[in-house]
Amino acid sequence: MAMPISVSSGQPTGLPEPSALPSAGGARGRAARGRLITAVRRNRKATAGAILLVLFTLVALFPGLIPHYDPTRIFFGAKCASCYSTPALVQSSPSAAHWLGTDLEGHDVFSQVVLGTRAVLVLAVVTGLLTTLIAMVVGVAAAYLGGFWDGALNVVTDVLLVIPLFPLLIVIVKYLGQSGNLVLILVLTVTGWSYTARQLRSQAQSLRNRDFLLAARVRGERSFYIIMVEMIPTMTSLLLACFLGNALYAVLAGSGLQFLGLGDPNMVSWGTTLYWADSQGALQSGLYLWEIVPGLCIALLGAAFALLNYAFDEISNPALRPLRAKNTARKKAALAIPTVGGLASDEQAS
Amino acid sequence: MRFALRRIGFFALTLWAALSLNFLLPRIMPGNPVESAIASLHVPLTPAEMNAIAAQFGINTHQGLVSEYFTYLGHTLTGNLGVSFVHYPTPVTSYIATGIWWTLGLVGTATILAFVLGTAVGAIAAWRRGSRLDSTLPPLLVFTTAIPYFWVGLMLILVFSSVLGWLPSEGGYTLGATPTFSLSFIGDVLQHAILPALALLITSIGGWVLTMRNTMVGTLTEDYVRMARAKGLPPHRIMMSYAARNAILPNLTGFAMSLGFVVSGAILVEYVFNYPGVGFMLFNAVNGSDYPLMQGLFLLITVAVLLCIVLSDIATAILDPRTRTAA
Repeated sequence: MAMPISVSSGQPTGLPEPSALPSAGGARGRAARGRLITAVRRNRKATAGAILLVLFTLVALFPGLIPHYDPTRIFFGAKCASCYSTPALVQSSPSAAHWLGTDLEGHDVFSQVVLGTRAVLVLAVVTGLLTTLIAMVVGVAAAYLGGFWDGALNVVTDVLLVIPLFPLLIVIVKYLGQSGNLVLILVLTVTGWSYTARQLRSQAQSLRNRDFLLAARVRGERSFYIIMVEMIPTMTSLLLACFLGNALYAVLAGSGLQFLGLGDPNMVSWGTTLYWADSQGALQSGLYLWEIVPGLCIALLGAAFALLNYAFDEISNPALRPLRAKNTARKKAALAIPTVGGLASDEQAS
Repeated sequence: MRFALRRIGFFALTLWAALSLNFLLPRIMPGNPVESAIASLHVPLTPAEMNAIAAQFGINTHQGLVSEYFTYLGHTLTGNLGVSFVHYPTPVTSYIATGIWWTLGLVGTATILAFVLGTAVGAIAAWRRGSRLDSTLPPLLVFTTAIPYFWVGLMLILVFSSVLGWLPSEGGYTLGATPTFSLSFIGDVLQHAILPALALLITSIGGWVLTMRNTMVGTLTEDYVRMARAKGLPPHRIMMSYAARNAILPNLTGFAMSLGFVVSGAILVEYVFNYPGVGFMLFNAVNGSDYPLMQGLFLLITVAVLLCIVLSDIATAILDPRTRTAA
């Protein structure tokens, strides 16, 4: 389930996404990949998103790059007369040793943020992959098989699509008990594939009667082969966009559940850090950075996925691309039916 | 007409699916947490209540699964959602009724504002394609759609309550104030609603602007717009009645899709602000292991979302004749 931002996702019944259509087969596939990389480098939103994502991935893979403590290590505060225990367990404000301060149990918050990166990224990537995979199987199967199966799979997809997911997630996770990453991934995947399935179905449907599929059928290929080798590769760019949308969804929904205290409270993850910050009154005691930084990290990681997603939409739909300088100069003419309209109608024609 | 019937059938099916999920979830989960919740309950349950809980959660049942299911459906459809554990002996339905208006007011206002503002801004951005507004807005809004709802709420509290002290940070009205229809009380309620509504607005407006902009960029290239230009119609007329009007339709369909997000946002935002709506209730029910209340709220939220989708369906059908014949 992805945010309804883009045109192609705003119209699930939509038109074929033509730029996604060609490029089956090895050499052409490689050329397409080359074009993709160039396109990402030329699109500023895509570049920003890619840089953010690479940074977070580096921290997740090699947390040692950023100096940090063991997040379970307990730092004791200075002795004080009014504290319960000596040496005192106190929240401490940010200092040179603890950039974001420590929590009520004396754990360093900055270390939690550094080490939490991995958990969040794993949640995002694995959930994104699995949801897209399930959606692909359901969506493409529905479109390809047609008839009864199309109807049945569609009803399931549509029902799941309109049931509000977050309350459902809350109920399920409550029954399962405090959930670690694995449980969160499973729950988010099982409930979250419907939106993508719908998008992929309409894309696959637009492919159904194209010549190369008819040719494959005439050759007598099995359905499985046709779906996997002929259909799926043509949908790569849409699949990528869906993956990004689903990863964003996983980051936001997973962190939301953890923030409500439904995650495993001992797990080091940004949402859990925020849960502790909130339940230990970080805002009330003036430890603002404890609330700000983990949330900002969630927002930045989410933005990385969202920016890439939006940029892919622009790349695959030329009508949305920012106008080039010479067009913007002629302001009124920028509605430039000749240039923009030309591209768009080419697209619909194909 | 056939279209309407099909939609009604679909909504009935969805409702049934939600009811069945509610029935199945406690039964397929490992262990039975409801049992321990009842054990820790220090209230005497009447046989009738015990019977209702049995039908809802499958505790101490002497019935088969199938007959339990029908008892449960019967109970639910007649509005009997059981008794709240924490607020014993208040029935779940009457407890929920105290929160629903807060949520409807807050979420309704924020959503309508976000829709109207977002659509307008998106239309202007598409119309002035390539202007400064159009080149700075999309990246910024892509970022705001990726910010977690609850964190926006926390930051608003930080700035406007903790640091500046301008607005209250929690509750629907000042503690101790008696809810009346006086001007001062209404002002108080509005003051408490500003920050939560703002949090919802900030995170949800981006989707509207971007969808509207991207759709309208498409409609601007349509032949009927070209025709309108050729006829020499004034630009504002082309923008409003030709391009924007047609671009709004997918946005309305998107409205139904986005409701799920708004609801999830509302739950988190209400929690952050301790706002007395159903979202905060749901959180409290989860926290206090109040299973009947929790499941009742899930059902209620589902029904509310379905109703809103029906409304947006009707709106789309009125505005777009094509949908009446299609599907």
